[in-house]
Order: sequence, then structure tokens, then C-alpha cells
Amino acid sequence: MSVELLSRLQFAFTIAFHYLYPPLSIGLGVVLVLLEGQYLRTGDKVWEQLTRFWIKIFALIFGIGVATGIVMEFEFGTNWATYSRYVGDIFGSALAAEGIFAFALESGFLGILIFGWNRVSPRVHFFSTVMVALGSMFSAIWIVVANSWMQTPAGFRIEGEGFLARAVVTDFWVMVFNPSSIDRLIHVLLGSLLAGAFLVMSVHAWYIWKGRFVDASKKAFRAALFVATIAALAQLFSGHRSAKYVAEYQPAKLAAFEGHYDSLAVADLFLFGITDPETQKTKGVAIPGMLSYLIHDDFSKPVPGLNAFPIQNRPKQVNFVFQTYHLMVAIGMALIGLTLLASVLLWRGQLFGQRWLMRIFIPAVLLPQVANQLGWYSAEVGRQPWVVYNLLRTSDALSKAVNAGQVWFSLILFTFVYTLLFALFIYLLNKKIQHGPDGVEESVPDYSKRFR
Amino acid sequence: METILGLDLPTWWFLVIGAVFTGYAILDGFDLGAGALHLFFRKEASRRIALNAIGPVWDGNEVWLVIGGGALFAGFPHAYATVFSAFYVPFMLFVVALIFRAISIEFRSKEPMRWWRLTWDISYSVSSVLVAGILGILLGNLIRGIAIGPDYEFTGSTRDFLNPYALLTGLTVIALFMMHGAIYLAIKTENRLHAKLMVLVKNTSRFFVICFVTLTMATLIYIPEMAEKFRRYPELFAVPALTILASINIRRWAEKGIYWRAFLFSGLTSALLLGLAAIGLYPVLVPSTLNPAWDLTIQKAASSDPSLRNMLTIAAIGVPIVAGYTVFVFWTFRGKVKLDDSSY
Repeated sequence: MSVELLSRLQFAFTIAFHYLYPPLSIGLGVVLVLLEGQYLRTGDKVWEQLTRFWIKIFALIFGIGVATGIVMEFEFGTNWATYSRYVGDIFGSALAAEGIFAFALESGFLGILIFGWNRVSPRVHFFSTVMVALGSMFSAIWIVVANSWMQTPAGFRIEGEGFLARAVVTDFWVMVFNPSSIDRLIHVLLGSLLAGAFLVMSVHAWYIWKGRFVDASKKAFRAALFVATIAALAQLFSGHRSAKYVAEYQPAKLAAFEGHYDSLAVADLFLFGITDPETQKTKGVAIPGMLSYLIHDDFSKPVPGLNAFPIQNRPKQVNFVFQTYHLMVAIGMALIGLTLLASVLLWRGQLFGQRWLMRIFIPAVLLPQVANQLGWYSAEVGRQPWVVYNLLRTSDALSKAVNAGQVWFSLILFTFVYTLLFALFIYLLNKKIQHGPDGVEESVPDYSKRFR
Repeated sequence: METILGLDLPTWWFLVIGAVFTGYAILDGFDLGAGALHLFFRKEASRRIALNAIGPVWDGNEVWLVIGGGALFAGFPHAYATVFSAFYVPFMLFVVALIFRAISIEFRSKEPMRWWRLTWDISYSVSSVLVAGILGILLGNLIRGIAIGPDYEFTGSTRDFLNPYALLTGLTVIALFMMHGAIYLAIKTENRLHAKLMVLVKNTSRFFVICFVTLTMATLIYIPEMAEKFRRYPELFAVPALTILASINIRRWAEKGIYWRAFLFSGLTSALLLGLAAIGLYPVLVPSTLNPAWDLTIQKAASSDPSLRNMLTIAAIGVPIVAGYTVFVFWTFRGKVKLDDSSY
């Protein structure tokens, strides 16, 4: 295999693995603020025990996020040296800003979160929780800004030639607020809130289903459901806006999202289907004209297809992009349905009696995670063959000093290490969940026996 | 060229990065050193105390490495790209060691089994030594120079990484961190463990002095150009003189039992040692062993002036904030380690 393919595989693998954790941290951070805020407001010990319990899980998730995150920061230099030379001015700035404004805040206060219970007052502890939650969000800001610049570059000019060619920043704020930054940031943050909130709901749904910690679990479930419902609904609008911007700034990517090869006067919106690169056709169920409407607010405006772009400037893996994108959207819809249903039932006071629904919420933790992953796959593969859209090709971004053997070595190493890491993570997460929050009444009315 | 207070922007950024890596050496230095010493503690209780002495702060310490990496990428993208791709395999081993270190600290106390704890104790200690060693070897290679061609690309092989001079630097860094870590643990412990650490402080500081003297001689013999600046600007001799004074003070305060002062001086020693390397190198970031004209100087490797100016603003806002709450966190966890229900 070529250095290019190996390096892409390694980057895809390490970033996908890393990206399991930060969204959970961000979402869980917000839930922690809610839980501990309730404790400060009400003084009810149950909230404190819930906070303590989730902080332990947060620490586990955060630890792996940090360890796998440093790998990402190093990989630009080790595997993508030419890219690093080309974008250092811009991408490097964002990474450095992330380190100093976000990561430092998060890590600095995390110590107080975990070990500071007996050393600081409840208010200072709460303040630390807020700082950690903010830090994790700031982190998303800079990373998404950096990535968005790769999708829709702005605020720069190109200087130099050959190996000295580079993008030089001309306007920092135009670079930061490039056309896709804000929409993509909101999309990522909402996805993260869903990931964190669904983790909390999953665990507490399991307790309720098992008849353990029922009262405390209801409290935590409600708080997380509140976050998840708002995020799921907001994601609909955020996703719509993001797609509109992709249509404007990266039309070839949108064509791949939607599986359109030919530019159509009236573009249909596929709900699901399959794209065949041979025949250049997509078969599936579609709403006539809907894509034109969503993009242009007009059922009869044309949307360019992939064939409107030179073959060397558009993504090749069309079916992959199409499927990952559509699956993400489908999951998004399912999350809206699930959270709305649960909210309505909660409002009518019937939620926690629905054992089947609790049963659904247990595995539902996977849904936002899968959607987050798929969304990134379609965003990144859809940008190909460019690493910086319309400026630098992925094949030109590699390290010249690195050979295939070295990348094989690291790829095998990471496969081994991350498999071990994941196994340990699941093992310890499961152990903590089985153990449950300390100091909370184990079982109040035991529904599980009544229904068995 | 744009200047601030008479210094051009790449020089400012050279100073900023130097400061960040110095902060990293002082902060993560003690927890890496504590990790390297971990297997010297025999009893379970001692190991837990040693681990919890760094527990609340090691993560925050490691952030300085992340900031340093980002700052190098932002300020000197060519240096970042050349060095990281040149030493691909060592960097991969380095990140894997960091991962193992993090999970060892995190997972050790989660199970009571003896084999479980011993496995993570060994993994923690070995990975701490590896992290310190690879960093030191890297530093040695930067001082000695690497095979950089005219197109800023590395033309050597991975084997170049392990040359005797760089290995000696690696050993010196391990020794320095072990001493620094032993002093830190001496501050945080009491009774018999403290007595054990008093001995360790003495032994590690001897080990460090031997390494330091050998390294200095090796540098003067094999890399005489590092001394060039001191010949040209004799007033710079103040720096090595201060380094020697600082390292004498480590022993002095350790023997008097005032370990926090010894700690300040071992931190100062780390800073001065990096300062010596920086003075010797400046304005070169990575010397080329093939041709001095191909050295990666700060001018050649730097980002554009506007970008450096933006980043200086960010650093001027960010660093004091980070320093502020770092002090707050350390203050919160001051005093001897007491195990409680939230400990590792």
C-alpha cells in the first residue's frame, strides 16, 4: 500500500477513535453543570451523589480523550508534514489557541473536580465544574474552526512556490469566522450534547429498568432528557443550515451527499437509496424536488450534480459519502422522535412507567455516537480529493521523509494499543455503572419484580 | 521587518516557545520523575501516596506539552514538520508511552488484584522513563543537528536518532527529572516514605551531577559551536555560572530539609539548562549536519509576521490566565498527601 493510503487510514482510524470521547466530555460537562447546579440550589444530597458518580465517569472519558488527542496533534507533523508547512500560519494558530484557551482550562480544573471535594467549598467546586465544561466547549470551537478553514478557506493569501508555498493569514477574524465555522460548530456542539445526554439517559434508564437507584435516576434522566430534547430539535435547523452552506461553498460535496451525478433542473431528495458509480445513478426513495426546495427555497431551481465538476476535483467514494450522510440524517430524525416522545410522556407523568421505552433508551446511547462519526466521515471524505478545499490535494500533503514501512509500523501499533484501550475503557465503564452512585438509596419501589 | 522592543517577531516567538517548554520541563518534569521512581517504593500504601501526590496536577502539567506542540506548529511550521517527520518512529513510541502512562495512572487503583496493580505500576514507571528519555534524546539531536537537505527535508534514517551524544542527553534528562520528582515527593510525604525519599533525593542528585558534567564535557568536545556565543559575548557566562550555583543550592536546601526551596532550585536548574541550549542554538532551531547553509533558522522556519503577531497576542492573554489558575490548583492541593475516598 502507498504511504498516502496508509497515512489516510491511520489518520482516519486515530481521529475516529479519538472522536468517541470529546463529544461525550462536552455533553457530559453540560449535564454535570446541571446536576451540580441543582445540588447547590436545593442542597439535596442526591444531586451531589449523582454529580460525584458522573464526574468519575467523566474523568475516565476525559483521560482517554487527552491521551488520544495528543496523537492527533503530533500526526500533522509526522504524517502530513507538507500540509503542516502549508497551513502552519493558520491551522497551527488554531491548534495553539486550543491548547492555551481550552485544553489548559479543562485539565487545570479537572483535578479539583475529581480530588477537590474535601478541599474546596461547594461553590468553588461548582465553579471548577463550569470551567471544565467551558474548556471542553472552547476546545471544540478551535478544532472546528481549524477544520472549517480546511473546508471553506478564508482570510488568507498564498505566498511562495514549491516546498515554500504556504497560506498566509491576512485577516485573523475572517479566518476564524470563515463561511462554515459557525454552522459547523453549532452542529458539532449539538451532536456532543446529544452524545453526553444519551449516555446519562442510557445508564439511568438501565437503573430504572433494573429497579436500582430509581428516585435518583429519575432526577438525572429528566435533566439529561431536557438537554437532549432541545439539542435534537435544534440539530434539525443546524443540519439544514449546514447543508445549505455546503451547497453554496462545496457544491461537489453536496452532490455526493445526495448522490446526484447529473445536474438536475429539479433535484429530488433521497430518503434512502444506493448509488452506483458505474451507471452514475442513485436508486431509492426520493421526494420530488425537495432538494431544490431545501437549498433554494424553490421547488424548481437546479442543483449541480457531480458531473458539473472535473473528475479530478470531486470525491470518488460517492456511495460511501451518500450512505454515511443519509444514515446520519436518519439517526437525527430518530433522536428527535425518541426525545419528543419521552418528553411528552414525562409531561403527562407516564414516562417512567414505560418499561419498553426505558429498554430502548439503554442501547440508544449508540445512536448519537454513530451519527457523530458518520457525519464526520461524510464531511471529510466528501471534501476529497482536497485536504484544503480547492487549494491543496491530500496526495500532495504527505511527509516526504516518511516511508510506507514506518507507517505500517505505527498503524499496527495504534491498532493494538487502541484495541487494548477500548477494551479497558468498556470494562471500567461497565464496572462503574454496575457499582452505581455511592450513598444513594439502592432500590425504592422495585418495578422489575412486579413485571417479571 | 517588524520588531517589538527591538526584537524581531521570530525571536519573540523563539522566546515564547522556549518559555512554554521550560514550563513543561519544570511541571511535567516532576511527575515524570515521580513515575520513574515509582518502582523504588515497595509498599502498596507508599505507591498510592506517590501516585496521589501527582494525581490532581499531572494532567494540567501535560497540557504544557500540548501547548508547546501547538506553539511550534503555529510559530515555526517548518521546524515542526521537519523534526516530526524526521523522527517518525520515536515520536510514535513517544505518544504510545504517553497513552500508557495516562491509562496506568487512571486505571491502577480501579481493581484490587495484586497482578493488576503491579502491571500498571510497571507500565507507569517504564512509560515515564521512556517519555523523559525520548524527550532528552530529541533535545540532544536538536543540539547536535540532523541531516537536513536544502529543501528543509530530513534525508537521514531513523537510526540517526540513537547517537551517543543524544543518548547521553536522554540520560541527563531522566536524571534531572528523577531528582526533581524525588524532591517533589519529599515535599508531599511524611514519616518512613519521606525518609526513603531523602535518600533518593541524595542519590538522584548525585546521578544528575555526574550526567550533567559528562554531558557538558561531551558538548564542549564534540559540538564546540555550542560554545561559540559564549566566546563572542562573555557576559553570557553568567548563565552557566548560575546553573552551577542553582544546582549547588538544590543539595544545600535538601540537606537542610527545606524541600520546597530545593524544588525551586531544581526547577530553576531545568530552566537554565534549556536556556543554555537555546543560547547555543539561536538563531538556529534545527542545525543541519550536512551543510550549515541548510540549517533551519528561526527566520526560515517562521510563520508570517501577521500570524506571529496574532499568536503573541493570544499568548499574552492566555499564558497569565493559565499560570493564574495553575497556581490556584497547586495551592488547593498544597501540603502532605492524605488519602481519602476520592484518591486513586
